[in-house]
Amino acid sequence: MSHHIVEADKIHYSYPDGTAALAGVSFRIPHGESVALVGENGAGKSTLLQHFTGCLLPSSGSLSIGGVSVEKQNLPAVRRAVGMVFQNPDDQLFMPTVFEDVAFGLLNLGVPEAELGGKVMGALETVGAAQLKGRPPYRLSQGEKRAVSIAGVLALSPDILVMDEPTSNLDPLSRRRLIGLLKTFKHTRIIATHDLDFALELCERALVIHKGLITADGPTREIFGDERLLKSSSLEKPSGMRKCPVCGGKQ
Amino acid sequence: MNKLGKNLADIGYMDTLAAGDSPLHRLDPRAKLLTTFLFIVSVVSFNKYEVSALVPFCLYPVFLVAAGKLPAGYLVKKILLVSPFAVLVGVFNPALDRQILFQLGPLGISGGWVSFLSILARFALTVSAALALLSITGINSVCEALLRCGVPKPFVVQLLFLNRYIFALTGEAERMSRARSLRTFRPAAVSFRVFIQLIGNLLLRTMDRAERVYRAMLCRGFDGHIRVVRFSKIGRREIAFTLGWSVFFSVFRFVNIPLMLGQAVTGLLK
Repeated sequence: MSHHIVEADKIHYSYPDGTAALAGVSFRIPHGESVALVGENGAGKSTLLQHFTGCLLPSSGSLSIGGVSVEKQNLPAVRRAVGMVFQNPDDQLFMPTVFEDVAFGLLNLGVPEAELGGKVMGALETVGAAQLKGRPPYRLSQGEKRAVSIAGVLALSPDILVMDEPTSNLDPLSRRRLIGLLKTFKHTRIIATHDLDFALELCERALVIHKGLITADGPTREIFGDERLLKSSSLEKPSGMRKCPVCGGKQ
Repeated sequence: MNKLGKNLADIGYMDTLAAGDSPLHRLDPRAKLLTTFLFIVSVVSFNKYEVSALVPFCLYPVFLVAAGKLPAGYLVKKILLVSPFAVLVGVFNPALDRQILFQLGPLGISGGWVSFLSILARFALTVSAALALLSITGINSVCEALLRCGVPKPFVVQLLFLNRYIFALTGEAERMSRARSLRTFRPAAVSFRVFIQLIGNLLLRTMDRAERVYRAMLCRGFDGHIRVVRFSKIGRREIAFTLGWSVFFSVFRFVNIPLMLGQAVTGLLK
């Protein structure tokens, strides 16, 4: 697998109940790019993200990660390249302690036990959660859970980081820490979010998804400056781009 | 936090205990599992009227609790919580087996009462040992030990997921119960219709949650094999632990020392 280019070609996906979630999504994301996936609730963001790890497979169309098609037989290779942080950290944290949870993926990758401790603690230190290593995940705050779930993914050194609503339930300080942390991740980032300020700060490119289709694809600042486009996707201009309500100048 | 939430935290507390540190925690899980298995086999192998010979077996769970620095009150509460099952199993014995086994002063004690007491004693011993084992080892390590001892993988994986999905189920039940109570303005019991709807919803939501948990596991390379962090191996301490307790169980299984002591004391009094 080289370059880790993500390429989607006319992906369609319908849930078993017949709901069409993706209706021909196409895009190309080169390695190292940071992309925001924005859209209203039910637009198809989470469905699309789940295709990146092969949790869902396209009903038609194709998706490839680094030239490897996302298909059943290629899933181990795809999942080694793509690390996904789920919207709800409680879905991701299931081991008895934080240490064991972060080690879960590493053990599945076959990392030798001699290297395990160092890798786990390295990932926990990166997210500032080393002191939580012996704690049971269900007793942590939302911010701590989020940090640990990111550590569990970062420990695997993925080439592509996929995040679903990473700032939901985070207080401002934890959100700021997360931004700082993600800025240090130099590989491809694909972030589905409603937090447009967050997207503006981290992503140079934005994809707007509406009713299962990509309706806009371009530089984040340009896309977020188009109020009509944002309104059609039930979004609002990020506060960082709004004018001052008092003097009308830049905020 | 409502009652379900408390129960959830209570179940999870066992994982917190398992993450503790003591010489017993550091023993290889296989040694603890095998010893506890031998203990359970020894306890259940006595005849149905045996009570006095079971007394020395209290030492094993007491040792696990003391050496593992476990909260005895918490374990006793858990045993009491499941005790109705044991009571149900033995409660009819006094009615079915009325043969007088011995006289306690003017009172004739029937075989049914003795066997009932024996069931309760065995239940308390085996359940307390199993709970103590889980509290000093953790379910994941116990499952891994089962696997390494040759227990079929489908059985072990089922056990592991059952434990994890208990959290998913109770978590969803807690949220639904809270949502209901916030919109219930009179302290009335749940009507049958609402109860059925709640159960149906709970199952659907739990299945969804379980699916998401499973997907998250797959994303981190889960392939059906359980791999846990191991810091221990079978060494001298493990052999000494298992061998020492095995000798203890064998001696007290075949020699009724409490009875001998009792006879010696009553003999002296005579």
